[in-house]
Amino acid sequence: MPEVTAKTDLVTVTIDDVAVQVKPGTLIIRAAEQAGVYIPRFCDHPLLDPVGACRQCLVDVASPAGPEHKLRAFPKPQPACTMVVTDGMVVHTGATSEAARKAQTATMELILGSHPLDCPICDKGGECPLQNQAMMVGRDDSRFSGTKRHYPKPLPLTANILLDRERCVLCQRCTRFAAQIPADPFIGLQGRGAKEQIGRFDPAALGFELTAQQGTVQEDEVAWGERTVEGQPFASYFSGNIVQICPVGALTSADYRFRSRPFDLVSLPGVAEHDSSGSAIRVDLRRGRVLRRLAAHDDAVNQEWLSDKDRFAFGWQTAPDRLTAPLIRDGGELREASWPEAIAAAAAGLAQAAGVGVLPGGRLTLEDALAYSVFARRVLHTDDVDYRSRPHSAEETAFLASQVAGSGLGVTFEALTSGAPVVMAGFEPEDEGGIVFLRLREAVRKRGAKVFSIAPFASVGVQRLGGELIPALPGGEAAALTALTEASPAGAALKAADGRGVIVVGERLALVPGGLTAALAAAARLGAKLAWIPRRAGERAAIEAGLLPGLLPGGRRLGALSGPDAAALAPLFGTDLPAAPGRDASGIVQAVIDGQIGALVVGGVDPDDMPAPAEARIALDRAFVVSLDVRRGPVAQYADVVLPVAPPLEKAGTFINWEGRLRPFGQGIATTALADGRVLARLAQALGVSDLAELGKPGLTHDFFGALGAPAARVAAPAVPAAPAPVPPGHGQALLATWRLLLDAGSCQDQAPHLAATQKLPVALVSPGTAQANGLTKGGVEISTGRGAIVLPLRIAPDMLDGVVWAPANSGASRVLPALGACGGAVTLKPADTKEVG
Amino acid sequence: MTTLTPVLTKRWGKANSWRLAEYQADGGYQAARKALTMEPQAIVDLVKAAGLRGRGGAGFPAGTKWSFLPKPDGGPRYLVVNADESEPGTCKDMPMLMADPHMLLEGMIITSWAIGCHHAFIYLRGEVVHVYRRLLRAIEEARAAGILGDHVLGTDYQLEITAHAGGGAYICGEETALLDSLEGKRGQPRLKPPFPAAEGLYARPTVINNVETISQVPPIILGGADWFGSMGTEKSHGFGIFSLSGHVQRPGQYEAPFGVTMRELIDMAGGIREGHKLKFWMPGGASTSMFTEEQLDLNLDYDNVIQAGSMLGTRALQVFDDTVCVVRVVSRWMEFYAHESCGKCTPCREGTAWLRDTLCRIEAGGGTPADMDVLGDIPASIGGCFCPLGAGAPLALNSSLKYFRDEYEEHIRLGRCPFDRAATTAFNGEVA
Repeated sequence: MPEVTAKTDLVTVTIDDVAVQVKPGTLIIRAAEQAGVYIPRFCDHPLLDPVGACRQCLVDVASPAGPEHKLRAFPKPQPACTMVVTDGMVVHTGATSEAARKAQTATMELILGSHPLDCPICDKGGECPLQNQAMMVGRDDSRFSGTKRHYPKPLPLTANILLDRERCVLCQRCTRFAAQIPADPFIGLQGRGAKEQIGRFDPAALGFELTAQQGTVQEDEVAWGERTVEGQPFASYFSGNIVQICPVGALTSADYRFRSRPFDLVSLPGVAEHDSSGSAIRVDLRRGRVLRRLAAHDDAVNQEWLSDKDRFAFGWQTAPDRLTAPLIRDGGELREASWPEAIAAAAAGLAQAAGVGVLPGGRLTLEDALAYSVFARRVLHTDDVDYRSRPHSAEETAFLASQVAGSGLGVTFEALTSGAPVVMAGFEPEDEGGIVFLRLREAVRKRGAKVFSIAPFASVGVQRLGGELIPALPGGEAAALTALTEASPAGAALKAADGRGVIVVGERLALVPGGLTAALAAAARLGAKLAWIPRRAGERAAIEAGLLPGLLPGGRRLGALSGPDAAALAPLFGTDLPAAPGRDASGIVQAVIDGQIGALVVGGVDPDDMPAPAEARIALDRAFVVSLDVRRGPVAQYADVVLPVAPPLEKAGTFINWEGRLRPFGQGIATTALADGRVLARLAQALGVSDLAELGKPGLTHDFFGALGAPAARVAAPAVPAAPAPVPPGHGQALLATWRLLLDAGSCQDQAPHLAATQKLPVALVSPGTAQANGLTKGGVEISTGRGAIVLPLRIAPDMLDGVVWAPANSGASRVLPALGACGGAVTLKPADTKEVG
Repeated sequence: MTTLTPVLTKRWGKANSWRLAEYQADGGYQAARKALTMEPQAIVDLVKAAGLRGRGGAGFPAGTKWSFLPKPDGGPRYLVVNADESEPGTCKDMPMLMADPHMLLEGMIITSWAIGCHHAFIYLRGEVVHVYRRLLRAIEEARAAGILGDHVLGTDYQLEITAHAGGGAYICGEETALLDSLEGKRGQPRLKPPFPAAEGLYARPTVINNVETISQVPPIILGGADWFGSMGTEKSHGFGIFSLSGHVQRPGQYEAPFGVTMRELIDMAGGIREGHKLKFWMPGGASTSMFTEEQLDLNLDYDNVIQAGSMLGTRALQVFDDTVCVVRVVSRWMEFYAHESCGKCTPCREGTAWLRDTLCRIEAGGGTPADMDVLGDIPASIGGCFCPLGAGAPLALNSSLKYFRDEYEEHIRLGRCPFDRAATTAFNGEVA
C-alpha cells in the first residue's frame, strides 16, 4: 500500500550529488537505492537486522553538526548499511569519492584474499554478488600470496543444504536469517578469527573431541521436532532461503548443486502451489525442465522468503507417473486412448449414470474451479459438488459460503503483521501456514505482536512465536472460543486492539461442532478480524467459483438468485440451475454407496485425504469414475476414464490465496497438456452443451467475475451450538490430536528426496501424566481405533494437557485417517515395542 | 620530580590484604557507608567534579557515563565491571583483584547506589582461576558480613554482585561483546547505537567500567574532588597504575599521578637493563603506537599521548631495549590479534591473519619486497573494521614501520633475522 507521507516528515540526503527525500530512520544504503546509487554489500539484507559485518559498503559521510549546522565529515568512511541518514547528510560512495572507493577496494581485497576463485566450477558463477562486486570495486590483481583456507567439502548442514566453507565470506546472512526470520537457529558462527566458520554444532567439523558422556544423547529425551527422519538435528522448514541469500557460492542445495549454469537458465515468474499463501516464485528452467525455484520478491505476500516445500517440491509436475495420454478402462485394465475416444467414453458413462457427483479437489485455479462449477450445474445439472477432499462439516459449508465466498481481499498479511494480537484456533502456523508463520514471526519480532494458540499443547512453531497457549482438549476449541471474553488475557488483548486483532482459524476447526460459529461470535464480541487460512492452494478459488453445495460464484446462494444475479450467471450457467442444494463430499460418497449417485467426476483427490477413506474407496469402486489428474494417482485404479490435465507450470491460471488476493501466473512451458477447465470444455461439448468452448480460459473467467456485482442473497451464517468441552477419557484412552506437518508423505513432495530427508521424525506426543497413567515409558506407543492402529516412537510434551495423544497426520508410519478412520475423538493407547518403530 | 601516590596499591604489600577483616581494619567500607547517606545524584556529581576518567583505555569521564543512563523506569539497571584484562602487556587489574578485591566491591556498592543498580556484575577473564577464586571469596565474605545482600551495610539498599568468568576471548574486553558474552551469547561486539547506557545488559540501562575506575571511587568519596583533582594534569585528574614490563631493572606496578613521564617511571624502575639502551616503548599496551626515546619526557596523560600520536590505553608500559627485533615483537602481537579476532568483520578477521602470515614470513627470512606494500596498505584496510579492538590491531605495526622500516627491509634483504634472540632474554649478565 503506498504510504502517503507529508514532505515535512522526510529528510533530505544527497548521495553522489543526487538529492533524495527519505523517511527518517532510513539507512544510507537504502536511501542510496532510492537515489539510484548501488553500494556494494554482502552482509546487508533489507529484511535482516543491520549488522555491519562485511564492511563492503563503506562510504564517505558528512552531516551537519553544531549550532550553525556546518557540514562535518566523518574522519573515515562509514558503513552505509548501519548508519541512518540525517537531514542534510551528504554521502559520497565509491563512485564519487576516492576515499570511499579505496575503502571498498580494500575490503574487497580482504574478502578475496582467502576466497578460492573457483568461479568456473562454482554454481554461483554468473549470478554471484561477489563476482559482480569484485568487478565493480575490486583490484585487477591479487596481492595475497599466502595459503588460502581449505576445508573438506561440502559440509552437509542438512540433508538438503550443503556448505563449501572455503567459499564463505562469513557475511552471516544465513545465521542471521536462521535466528531472526524463522527463529530456527540451526546454524551459527563457530570458531573465531580466520578459522571462523558457519555450521551447526558438529564436533567432527570443529575438531572437538567430546567425552563419552558429552557425546551420548538419550534419543528419547530429545524434544520432538529436533530430529529428522534420518536422525539429524532438525533443520528448518525455511532453510532454502539461506541458499538464495548467500552472496557467494558457499551454500548450495543438494538438488541443484552442479546441475546448471545460471546463464543457461530461463527464469519465469510463477506462484507456488503448495499452500494457500500463493507465494511469488521464480522458476528457473533449462530446456523446458525446471531445475530450481526461488522466492520472488512480493512485499505484500512472501517478501523474499519461501518455504522449503514451495522451493524444492517441484518434481511432482514431471514425475515418472505423469499422465501423458488419456486412459480408458477396457476389459478391466486401463489402456491409453485418444482424446476423442476418451472424451466419448467419459461422456457416455456420465450421461448414463443415475446421478453424478463432482469432487474437484482443493488445488484448482480460479479458471479451472469456475469450469468445474459450470460443468456441474449446467452440464451435469447437479449441485452435488464439493471441492473439499478433507474432513468438513455442514457448519463449515455455511461458514465458507457466508463469510469467505465473495468477501474479496479481507484480512491480509499486512493486517496479520500489524503487531496486533493474533489468536489461532485449529491452525498450526508453521506446519499449516508456511509463509504465514514467517510473517507472524515478523509481527512478533518487529512489532511485538502477542500470539495465542488454542490447542492441547504449544507446538515448536507456537513456541518460536513466543505464543501463549490457551489449553483446549481436541474438540474443546469451540468451548475455548466461547470462553474468549474480555476476562481472558487473549480476549482482553483482542478487545484492546480495537478492531486490529485477528482470530485465525484453520480448516481443522470444521471438525469441532460449533467451532466456526464460536469463532464468528468471538470476533464480533471482541471487535476482531477473522481470517480463515486453509492449507491447500485451490481452496479459496474453489469457494469463489461456488464449488460447495448450495453456493454459486461470488457468494451467491443457490435458489435465491435475483434478476441481475441470474442475468450475470446465465451466459455460463444457463437458466436451468439445480433447484435445491446438493450434497457435500461426505454426502456424495454416501450417496454413491447408497446407489443414489452412479458416477463421479474427480479432480486431484486422494481417497486417503477424505473424511472416511475406506468409504471413499468403496464409492470410487462402485461409481463410474472420470478422473482428471496430473499423475496416475490413487484414483486411477478405480477410474473408468482418466483424463490427463496440466500441472501449474504448463498452464496459465489464477490462484486465490487465503487473503482473497488474486495470484495470476502465466504458462511456464508450452506443452500439449490441457488445464482441467479445457478438458471440461471438451467434455461439455460431448455431453451436448455446445456454447462452452471457452470454458477454463483466463479471459472468460476474469470477464465473468469482473461482471459479477455483490450478491443479492447469501447463504446464512452458521449457527451451531458450541460443543461442550470434552472430558478426557479414562485409562487406556486419549483424545487424538493431529495435523499435517509441512513436510510429510504428501504426494506433491515425493519427487524431492533431499527435502524429504529433512522431515521431522514422526513421533507420538503425550503429556507426562498421560504417559504415566497408561504405563507408557520410553519407547513406542500404539494408537488404535476399531478401524486399525499406528505405532510410533513416544515423546513427552511437558506442557500437553493430560488425556491427549498427538500424532502427525500423514508422516512415515503415521497415516492417521486411513489407519484409524478418524482424525479426532477417543483412541486407545498401549505401549508398543520400540524396535519395530521409528 | 613526580613521586609515587599509592592509593590503590597502598595495601598490596600487607599480609592477607584481600581479607575482609584486614580491609575493614584499614578503614574499608567507610566510603560506602558515607556514600549510602548521600543522594545518588550527589555521588555522580562528585565523581564528575573529580574528573575521574575511565581507566580501561578509552579515558571517557566516568561520571558523565553514569549520567547518560535514562531516568529510572522501575526496571532493572546494571553495573558491569570489566575485568576481562587481556591487552598484551596489561597487568594492573589482576593484581588489584588479587591484593585488594574489597576495594572494587566497595566501589561497586557506591557506583550501584549512584546509578540505582541492584545487581552488579564482574566479568572476569576466564584464564585467571586464582583471581576468580579470590573474587568469589571476597563476595562471599561481604555477603556474609551483610555488606552485600538485602541490607547493604545495614541500610535498606539491596545489592547483589555476581562474578562471571569469561571463556578467554580478547574481544570480550570490548564492552558490548562483554555484554553479549555475559548474556550467554557468542561474544561479539554489538552495533551502536543503542549504547549500553540505553540498552546494555539484557537490553536495560547499563554502566560498564573498568576495575581500576570503580576501585578509585571509594578514595574519591573519602578524599573529595579537590583532593583527587590536585593530582594529575589539567584534563587527566588523579592517579593510576602504570605497569612497567620488559627491559627495566624492576618491572612492576607504579602508581603515580597522571603527567608522570616515562623517564621518571623508568628511573623508578631502576633504569633500563644493564648495559643496554632503550629502543622503543609502548605507552598503553600492544594496541597503541610505539614511542622511542623522543617521547621519554612526555607528560603521560590521556590527551598528551594522543597528541603525540599514540594512546595511553591501559598504561601497560612495555620497554624494549636495543637487543630487540621489532619485526619479532610486532609479529608476536599480530599472532595474538589474528588468534583473538572475533571474526565478525572482514577487515580484522582477514587483515590480521594476512599480516600475521606476512610478518612471520619476513621474520623467518621469507619476505619479499612486495611484502612491504602489504604491510603498508593492509593496516589501513583494517581501519574499516567494526570495533575499536580491530582498529588497534595494526597500530604497533604502523608505528614500527615509521621508526624501524629499515629493519623490516633488512630482514627481507638478508633473508634472515639479524638479531640475536638469546640476547633479548638474557638478564643479570646471564650468558645466552
